[in-house]
Amino acid sequence: MSASVRIPTILRTYTGGEKEVKADGGTIAELIESLEQGYPGLKSRVLDDTGALRRFVNVYVGDDDVRFIGGLDAEVPDGAQVSIIPAVAGG
Amino acid sequence: MTTALAAEAPAGCRPGAFGNATHLICRACGATSPLGPFYACLECFGPLEVGYEYPQITREQIERGPKSIWRYQPLLPVPADIASFRSTDPGFTRLVDARNLADDLGLRQLWVKDDSGNPTHSFKDRVVAVALSAARELGLQVLACPSTGNLANAVAAAAARAGIRSVVLVPSNLERQKILASAVYDTTLIAIEGTYDDVNKLASEIAGEEDDWAFVNVNVRPYYAEGSKTLAFEIAEQLGWRLPDQVVIPVASGSQLTKIDKGFRELIKLGLVEDKAYRIFGAQATGCSPIAQAYRAGHEVVAPVKPDTIAKSLAIGNPADGPYVLDVVRRTGGKITDVDDETVVSNIRRLARTEGIFGETAGGVTLGVTAKLVADGDLDPAAETVIINSGDGLKTLDAVSGQVGPKATIKPHYDAFKEFWKANNRS
Repeated sequence: MSASVRIPTILRTYTGGEKEVKADGGTIAELIESLEQGYPGLKSRVLDDTGALRRFVNVYVGDDDVRFIGGLDAEVPDGAQVSIIPAVAGG
Repeated sequence: MTTALAAEAPAGCRPGAFGNATHLICRACGATSPLGPFYACLECFGPLEVGYEYPQITREQIERGPKSIWRYQPLLPVPADIASFRSTDPGFTRLVDARNLADDLGLRQLWVKDDSGNPTHSFKDRVVAVALSAARELGLQVLACPSTGNLANAVAAAAARAGIRSVVLVPSNLERQKILASAVYDTTLIAIEGTYDDVNKLASEIAGEEDDWAFVNVNVRPYYAEGSKTLAFEIAEQLGWRLPDQVVIPVASGSQLTKIDKGFRELIKLGLVEDKAYRIFGAQATGCSPIAQAYRAGHEVVAPVKPDTIAKSLAIGNPADGPYVLDVVRRTGGKITDVDDETVVSNIRRLARTEGIFGETAGGVTLGVTAKLVADGDLDPAAETVIINSGDGLKTLDAVSGQVGPKATIKPHYDAFKEFWKANNRS
């Protein structure tokens, strides 16, 4: 299972400036492990010390916020577009 | 801790571009970074907030200033010459002594801070004016926002006045009045097929690509949010430089509520008002009440919801400042609760009937929650209370369109009038 992951500006230091990268995994958790293999250090920016999604990070599979579809267990279909976005916006 | 952002600080800003503001600080982990177009902490993604080093500031100095938010320039991240730039010059809206409404609710003293009196008829003119200054000082070229409507109005008008380009993104199902009241300023208005939270996501993605855009509530959000402190400053000044006992505030992202609290605390710290305890209450519509739900459940984090309410200006299912709203209401001994849409409409009418103020749906939410807090014994009826009316009812006419209208339609003859009057005014 391969997905395309949009990387927010503040994490592009880990991806050599790349705005979008490929990663593998059937779930968000697996996808983040895959990102860590390719871009060491990125995982700890997205997950907190307990391994949960950080409070101020939103992750989307397509248009769906993963918090509505199983959190880190949310399924990632082959070819999906995944976005990591800072949560602190709007209002 | 200083982050690597120091190297990325924008060059070319003039000295004093941000007034007494000195840095950005993460509200979650405390990491600091230099002033710039940044909104999320590099360490933890937490929200960045503007930090200051204040000199001595006096009441007299403020009172000598213009009758707009710029009289509070020393307390905002804007330059000393801010009033010389073209802006909508918002603020200094009326604080209404609401005696009829106080009697109706059984309160001793009630004030309505009526922010429908701003240039585009909502409190959003305050925050946008500060964001526009940040955009100008940072050299950003386009003023943009995701919006539930009021913000789109304010951004489009402020950009028109400043002579710069604007792009506003709104949910396509927004009230017609709010769409037209933005489009009239010749902004680039784009209707998005989705909820506000979908629009917000898209805006964050665009903000990551367009380096010279100022999304007022995304990449310059720390500055933007500071504009809401002026509500606190005005309330205190209009009360004769003192704080009220309790305040009821509408909550969408939660930014306004947390900044009113910050404003009160700054006034105390600077000695501009006497230090006293105050309680802050939040108001949400039941159909979008993620923070009220978290409060009731005793949680410290807020689970996002899918909004379903007529109070579209408050329909943010994933509120950015949710955890900080919980902190403020718990710290001050307040509360956050919600009322259903029927109650929202009846309280729009109550505000109009008792005080001659036509508030938008958010005003109905705030007054509905105020009445509920009184009935439940949460608000002290003997204490001095302020409620915020954040916008104008003319923008949400649909809410009352089935409820109010002509008492009769008659022929243009005196006999017809007499017949109607007799039939409807028997004593």
